[in-house]
Amino acid sequence: MENEVLPVDKIQQLCQGGSGVSDFGDVLVVGGGVSGIQASLDLATAGFKVYLVETGPSIGGNMAKLDKTFPTNDCSM
Amino acid sequence: MKEDKCDICRGVCQADAIDFRQTPKKRDINVGAVILAVGIEPFDPKTKDEYGYGRMENVVTSMDYERLLSSTGPFAGEVLRLSDKKHPKKIAWIQCVGSRRLTEGENSYCSGVCCTYTQKQVILTKGHDADVDCTIFHNDIRAFGKDFERYFQRAEELPGTRFIRSYVAIDRELPESKNVVIKYATNDAGVKEEEFDLVVLSVGLNPPENFRELADKFGIDLNHHGFSRAIHSNPIATNQPGIFVSGAFQGPTDIPESVFTASGAGAQCGELLDYRRGKLANERVYPEERDVSFEEPRIGVFVCHCGANISSVVNVPATVEYALTLPNVVYAQEQLFSCATNSAQQITDLAKEKGLNRIVIAACSPRTLEPLFRDTLREAGLNQYYCDMANIREHCSWVHTKQKEDATRKAKDIVRMSVARTRYLEPLQEFDLPVNPRALVVGGGIAGMTTALSIAEQGHEVELIEKNNDLGGMARRLHTTIEGMEVQPFLKETIRKVYANPLIHVSHNAKITDVSGFLGNFSATVATEGRVKKIEYGAAVLAIGADEYQPSEYLYGENDKVFTHLEIGEEIAAGNEAVTRADSLVMIQCVGCRNEERNYCSRVCCSHAVKNALKLKANKPEMEIYILFRDMRTYGLREDYYRDAAEMGVKFIRFEMDDQPQVEAVKAGGKDILRVSVPDLILGKRLELDADIVSLAAAVVPAAATAEIAGMFKVALSPDEFFKEAHVKLKPVEFAADGVYLCGTAHYPKHIQETINQAYGAAGRVLTLLSQDTVTASGSICEVHEDDCVSCGACITACSYDAIEFKQTDKGRKAWVNPVLCKGDGLCNAKCPTNAIVLKHFTDAELLSQIDAA
Repeated sequence: MENEVLPVDKIQQLCQGGSGVSDFGDVLVVGGGVSGIQASLDLATAGFKVYLVETGPSIGGNMAKLDKTFPTNDCSM
Repeated sequence: MKEDKCDICRGVCQADAIDFRQTPKKRDINVGAVILAVGIEPFDPKTKDEYGYGRMENVVTSMDYERLLSSTGPFAGEVLRLSDKKHPKKIAWIQCVGSRRLTEGENSYCSGVCCTYTQKQVILTKGHDADVDCTIFHNDIRAFGKDFERYFQRAEELPGTRFIRSYVAIDRELPESKNVVIKYATNDAGVKEEEFDLVVLSVGLNPPENFRELADKFGIDLNHHGFSRAIHSNPIATNQPGIFVSGAFQGPTDIPESVFTASGAGAQCGELLDYRRGKLANERVYPEERDVSFEEPRIGVFVCHCGANISSVVNVPATVEYALTLPNVVYAQEQLFSCATNSAQQITDLAKEKGLNRIVIAACSPRTLEPLFRDTLREAGLNQYYCDMANIREHCSWVHTKQKEDATRKAKDIVRMSVARTRYLEPLQEFDLPVNPRALVVGGGIAGMTTALSIAEQGHEVELIEKNNDLGGMARRLHTTIEGMEVQPFLKETIRKVYANPLIHVSHNAKITDVSGFLGNFSATVATEGRVKKIEYGAAVLAIGADEYQPSEYLYGENDKVFTHLEIGEEIAAGNEAVTRADSLVMIQCVGCRNEERNYCSRVCCSHAVKNALKLKANKPEMEIYILFRDMRTYGLREDYYRDAAEMGVKFIRFEMDDQPQVEAVKAGGKDILRVSVPDLILGKRLELDADIVSLAAAVVPAAATAEIAGMFKVALSPDEFFKEAHVKLKPVEFAADGVYLCGTAHYPKHIQETINQAYGAAGRVLTLLSQDTVTASGSICEVHEDDCVSCGACITACSYDAIEFKQTDKGRKAWVNPVLCKGDGLCNAKCPTNAIVLKHFTDAELLSQIDAA
């Protein structure tokens, strides 16, 4: 496990490295539905840089297509 | 046509969002972990000709129907038939389309959400038009989730609603009316034909279309359905370290599970990457705040169309024009979506350009978007409390859809009132409070231990409180799961990890006697093993579990051949031959719940029964096993085990609430047996089953201490007296009280894997708090004008947060508001006889000017 992740000094070096940094992140989240959005928000709040990728032109996934949600009939959006 | 592009879309897009010059770009990104949150694909009924979908205009899927119901849908919220654009008066829903079927191209599993979303659609349909006749053709009603049973009752009790338990066939479309004829069969009436204006196919959930490609790309194992192959002890993990799965890619699931597995996946990324937390993330920097308190108010008003939500009813340009006539308004304009990123940027830019010092957003309720607009003000270098939202959507366009002129007048009124208030707004300062990085976890079962371990693995100390002598909770009595996980070795290993973790401190035989403090800075007093411990902590997780109902029904406690499912599981594990070698065993479901006293489904018992039945059959295939049920609720992938049990000869007999089974102890053939009689709804007569053993699906009930602990932590309970989460869908592991989280069966009955998922979810949410050095307290809190305070104490009694106390001052004893405890509800304001206590941001001057402008 340990040797699969980048060593700390390498990351620090990259952080200071200017433009190249943009291609380094902590976590890649695949899918911009409610689960992917929640994961991205949590990780970013907890101090990680997240890349969220989504195949569609907007995030929201299936939940964004729903009118209301059960059992409270809250607006899905 | 230029270069094969007609360009029309670019011309009509008001947001200027279309850019033909963009080309795909490939980027290589290096990351430390991956979360696959790829979701589901709704089942496509086109693949099965017999559903008529695509062939008959008035057959739609449930996803299509969601769009028909929605105000942003194709008919702006009117439910219309595709064939003639008329309102359907008779609608049928067909359940289990694509699910619970062994036919080629469909799924054997239960999709778990369709029963309840159909009930939602029925309720919403009736809200649109109470005269619509709604018919639901269903198999079992799987109302297994929290508050689902009541929701089903609500749908079922609506007039003009029929729930019919029957398989159906879509027979034909009538050429003239384009109505659809459905054939179905009931026990009493045999095969019938009926005509419907519209048919909704309640389609199930498929794995994502490209699941094979995904699995190959990431090297993860899938199950035969195409979902991630769950690791029993941790369904968020995959066979590839560092690659996690959240949401419905774990298997068909509802939104709350998608949300807490996302937080759980976040927690597991945090365990892996804690050492680099904060190293790549950039802190947000706001421009310096401009002091405008001595300036004359210069108010900017932004009126939002909200797509068509507001502008289809309210005349937005007229409202803008009107706003410009109001005193102190120096600028006003309309926006398509004020909440869009480009609109926020526009507000920021205009505030600077026009020298605006107060902003009114005429849009929606402040509940959701006020933080966003406050943020916009900060970006503009203004104090964020110089913002007011005029709610012309919920309070106007949504409730006056048919009175457009009056609605426009009302929108103007609301804007005028908001502008009047805004003139008096004051800049307020928020302040940062330090966060104690330590967590308190209450309950040492699987939920509590899993959460504690995940928090500790992310570098935080955890105090784990267990009421018993040993860790393990209810899981100590469980031996296998239906999926075949061996519970005891897992439990032993988890307990070992907890004791081995230097950051986790366990208190045994512990009882919490007092809790005080506030977000990020709590304190609890715990009596444990003869001493009293004071624990300071920043966040708490309540994972106190649930209890097993002690039945008073079916001779339980009187006859030693009557057990609960939990006990039978223990007897099987212990090899008790009276159970494992029995000739005949009857299980009775729904004992102590789904009744008047406990109006909920205990969720786990159907799978529990099937699990025990499969074990017993594996031991002794010739054993006669009967499961007497009301609805079999083996939701999700557990459906496969239900089918296995039926194939192995387990007999399932359905009964109804008003005619329940009866059990009597009799002597037959020289031995003591239990005679179970149950009505057979198909044959229409009473069956008598002679059983050696009877096993009862005893309800899961809230733990005895639930109410007491809820009181101490100031958290709410649901109607069924389990813990009540902040939001059933979007905040499934937090309480409304800040800094307190929940997981496991204390929230609602759930299976071990669901508990593990939720426990990681709670850990993830806790870390979003504990990884911060500080939390921000609101500026909108109460303040006492000491000169006016007469020390009557009325405010102290009114405050539910213990935020006010007496303090000795130069002017004598006066009320004092602890700014970190005050939640700004203003109750104290109403009680104060001398108006000495005021709620900032809602001062008399602000509110009275708003009222006077009405």
